[in-house]
Amino acid sequence: MDTFVRDIPSQARWRLRSWLPMAIVVCTLLVWEWSVRSGWLSPLFFPAPSVVVLTIGRLVGSGELVVHARATLVRVVLGLVLGGVPGLLLGLAMGWWRPLREALDPLVAAAHPLPKIAVLPLIMIIFGIGESSKVVAVAVGTFFPMLINSMAGVRQISPIHFEVAKNYGASPFKVLTRVIVPGSLPLVLVGARLALNIALLFTIAIELVSAREGLGEMIWLAWQTLRTEELYASLAVIGALGVGFNLILQFSARRLVPWHAERED
Amino acid sequence: MRFEVQRLCKEFRGRNGVVHALEGVTFSAEEREFLCIVGPSGCGKTTLLKVIAGLLEPTSGQIIFSEDTVDGRPRSAMVFQEHGLFPWMTVLDNVAFGLEMQGVEQEERYDRARNFIEKVGLTPFGNSFPHELSVGMSQRVGIARAFVADAQMLLMDEPFGALDTQTRLVLQEELVRIWKEHQKLVVYVTHDIEEAILLGDRVCVMSGRPGRIREEILVPLHRPRDLSVRDIPEITEIKWHIWEMLEDEVRKSLWIPS
Repeated sequence: MDTFVRDIPSQARWRLRSWLPMAIVVCTLLVWEWSVRSGWLSPLFFPAPSVVVLTIGRLVGSGELVVHARATLVRVVLGLVLGGVPGLLLGLAMGWWRPLREALDPLVAAAHPLPKIAVLPLIMIIFGIGESSKVVAVAVGTFFPMLINSMAGVRQISPIHFEVAKNYGASPFKVLTRVIVPGSLPLVLVGARLALNIALLFTIAIELVSAREGLGEMIWLAWQTLRTEELYASLAVIGALGVGFNLILQFSARRLVPWHAERED
Repeated sequence: MRFEVQRLCKEFRGRNGVVHALEGVTFSAEEREFLCIVGPSGCGKTTLLKVIAGLLEPTSGQIIFSEDTVDGRPRSAMVFQEHGLFPWMTVLDNVAFGLEMQGVEQEERYDRARNFIEKVGLTPFGNSFPHELSVGMSQRVGIARAFVADAQMLLMDEPFGALDTQTRLVLQEELVRIWKEHQKLVVYVTHDIEEAILLGDRVCVMSGRPGRIREEILVPLHRPRDLSVRDIPEITEIKWHIWEMLEDEVRKSLWIPS
């Protein structure tokens, strides 16, 4: 009886907690829709949500949106792989091997705070204005968060764990696979999340400046032709991409780091 | 397996000059013995254990082992104070770690690990992660890991230091039971005089920094022992004798004049 009485409020609280954010979003959209229809908000600046949804439908139907979204996705993924993987490997190596860290740390410290997007013109001079310069720019942006987090990931592994491995006669390969990789994984995943968000940000920014395809270019075109509903449609798709990426990462983090995810819950 | 430690010295060079952790440590550990090393905190007990394990190189002096393996060192298995388990491995993988490093096939090493997990009574937790266990359970996993690795000697660095008294008593008994079953040399470091007497065949008393062995004491007790041995006059005498040796060291380390 006692537990029964106590359980209901906690369950109700849980339900409220999971539904409240959704309710706020729905309410905001409803108020927005109503404000536009009643003439409070100008549809030129704030097209009604229903119009945006219809626009997305139209753009998907014509194939336009698919082409742009695909171009953006390819740049994000290629940039992530080309920048994130070397960043990860170098970060692990620097975390593990002190001479390498001491040799490269000043360089990294100098290059990291520089806003990498500022290097874009230089990259365009070197790689031309084609596809490769865009991917390289995204790769440069993702390289550093990956490097710094994987290095920190190795360095926060307790020295005891290295001693245990040494005591039981672990080979360098076993130290890598059984201590360094799993031990750094929680922070590596944080780095991956940062890198992903930066990749999306850089891709859109670059597309705004120079691209014939991509969601950023779509926004730019919509602005130039004053088609705000298309502008909102592209924004919504970009937002959905960002949320989708982060959900995938959160899900894989829970699968890959069970000893960490459970502790957070 | 037995070994002799001869005039072992270990210095650490730090920003504030040289720290003499060990200075001329000499003692021997005998075949199948439970040897306790007791000393005040900061006297270099852990350093000594790490030198024996080969995790640290001595500055001078040597250790002569009666048995070698290929690389000129006997295999040792260390039980650490705390946090010695890998948080990213299940209990089963943690216990099987030593065997995995020796290249034992998965099926065999899991079989042997399960056997030891059963011996320490943790069978239901084979697939748990260390953060799901209490400190006492974690230390039992650490002990199982050390015994399953089939090392020539076991080195224990205050494995029960972080436990409450009751839990510690139960685990001490469990440790002695497993040790008797396997007849391995155990070197057990502690700052707890009573624990040293209750567990050890012999007790080496260490001085404060720089650490050296002040006295070796044979514990005149049969096994199994239990808490009632505390009341035997001889044992009380040994306890006071050790305490008198250590008291000065403790005072010195705290800058309290005696």
